[in-house]
Amino acid sequence: MTTLADPPVTPPAHREPPVRRRGRKSRAGRTNHAGKLTYAILTVAVLVSAFPFYWTIVAASRSNADLAQVPPSLLPGPNLLRNFEAVLEEADIGKALLNSFIVSGSITVGTVLCCTLAGFAFAKLRFRGRGALLAITVGTMMIPPQLGVIPLFMLIAELQWVNQLQAVILPGLVSAFGVFFMRQYLVQSLPDELIEAARVDGASTARIFWSIVVPVARPGMSVLGLLTFMAAWNDFFWPIVALSSSEPTVQVALRQLGGGYVHDQSVIMAGTLLGTLPVLLVFGLLGRQIVGGIMQGAVKG
Amino acid sequence: MTAVSLPEGRPVTLSALETPAPPVPPPPPSRPSPARRAWQKMSPYAYIAPFFTLFAAFGLFPLIYTAFVSLYRVELQTPGDMEWRGLDNYTALFTDDFFWTSLRNTFTIGVISTVPQLVMALGLAHLLNYRLRARTFLRTAMLLPYATSVAAATLVFAQLFGRDFGLINYVAGLVGIGPIDWQTGTVASQIAVSTIVIWRWTGYNALIYLAGMQSIPQELYEAAEMDGASKWSQFFHVTLPGLRPTIVFTVIVSTIGATQLFGEPLLFEGSISGGISHQYQTLGLYMYEQGWGFFHLGRAAAIAWVMFLLIVVVVGVNALLAYRRTRKEAVR
Repeated sequence: MTTLADPPVTPPAHREPPVRRRGRKSRAGRTNHAGKLTYAILTVAVLVSAFPFYWTIVAASRSNADLAQVPPSLLPGPNLLRNFEAVLEEADIGKALLNSFIVSGSITVGTVLCCTLAGFAFAKLRFRGRGALLAITVGTMMIPPQLGVIPLFMLIAELQWVNQLQAVILPGLVSAFGVFFMRQYLVQSLPDELIEAARVDGASTARIFWSIVVPVARPGMSVLGLLTFMAAWNDFFWPIVALSSSEPTVQVALRQLGGGYVHDQSVIMAGTLLGTLPVLLVFGLLGRQIVGGIMQGAVKG
Repeated sequence: MTAVSLPEGRPVTLSALETPAPPVPPPPPSRPSPARRAWQKMSPYAYIAPFFTLFAAFGLFPLIYTAFVSLYRVELQTPGDMEWRGLDNYTALFTDDFFWTSLRNTFTIGVISTVPQLVMALGLAHLLNYRLRARTFLRTAMLLPYATSVAAATLVFAQLFGRDFGLINYVAGLVGIGPIDWQTGTVASQIAVSTIVIWRWTGYNALIYLAGMQSIPQELYEAAEMDGASKWSQFFHVTLPGLRPTIVFTVIVSTIGATQLFGEPLLFEGSISGGISHQYQTLGLYMYEQGWGFFHLGRAAAIAWVMFLLIVVVVGVNALLAYRRTRKEAVR
């Protein structure tokens, strides 16, 4: 539980020195260079991690008949584009991708903004009820939102939002974790003196927020943004409840693909590939930051 | 003037009353106006307002209201009509065999998926903690499954676990294990579903452990080295105790995740009953089946509430165990 108790969010600048120190010490003391066996095991782990992706490409580029062959073929085939066409037609993956971009994009921007505002208030402003409100926020962090799905659905139905994108976007903006994350980030990386100095110069809180807090918080905001985008893109339970195949996100379309409407395995795999590519792309470009974010104390859900 | 005796409202009250009394010194030029001061007192709430408005409406309210809904008869077609039923939803639940099946499945799948996952994550983290070439690449590759959605991962694994043409049965056949029916066998199907969970979360937990390991002071290892402790006993006597808070944390998070398990069993065969004989239906899937398969939202809310209590118990037991361990150590 210390991960919650002592602030796990360390700004990168503070993170670097201990790592370097460890390296220097280890040269003096014990040798903790990795041996051949270590590399062998880690390589196997990487292969296990990556194989399902490779297999998706193989299966998506072959025909259904190829997949029913024994022994199975382990190399990509020539049918990728045809399977893409088929899945775009049968499961409307095109619309699903567009919807997913709208939903995940709005959730990311909104969450980062709300959480930075609230995180700043909790970290640096003094007001009545601050401790209690923060405790409520952190206390609900562990409660899975899946448990509130029934009243949430009744609410959405009352508002006549079923099968509309805002039904997924607005609940998606609630991130207790994000508030806590930004608070920890600002507590550690924004010195009080900076704010005091700005106040003496007569800056209003709003002015301080935009010209001091946001620039300092930017690295934390981008990590939170990445994690939020991935979580929103991959969110499953609520979208399949609130939306239907006529207004799908990628996950809703994949659920439909897996629900037995499409029998062609290679077409299903083509849909899976299309639905996963955007996130893989983000991960490929910014994987380093995501790894950093997780290790700084990102929490599931 | 009574205003002077007011405990702390000095500037506001005085200037608000516009007292012309000479003994009161005029406010220094830099002092903010009353309106401005009032705003400064209130403005922090403006910063938390967007979050808390959304949080109250879409986070807190649904969680609390679930308990309320679970006492009513509410149908999916008419979610506005609520009919008081007292504890009927709960009695119906406890007399339904499939509830107990899904409770048992949630527990067994939870154990099959969580235990190997965390043990392997611990091992991988230990290896990743060595000085490595291509460190960033290795870490990123381990996290790749975490970036995949439940739906995508499950569809791929469902293909790999196919009975007749699945790659896994083909490889098993090469070493003489005859085709396993990963769909209908209770144990086999639960292992298959757990495999998806293990694949998605092992790397993530390994990175969490790695972060924990890196915060253990190097001096402890040097001291152990001087005492002649082997690499193994260093792992057991320095690394593991140092990681205990992280381990407790991952156990709690994984257990909560296991209680919620939903997408994997739903998409493994695409049926909401979790296999023909409900052999891998979890509580999450059972809740979905009751609510969106059979339209009983009130019943589904009762299941959600049971899941919540389950989580409270699990987290409570974990916290208690961790607390007692810590106290025992403190006494020693």
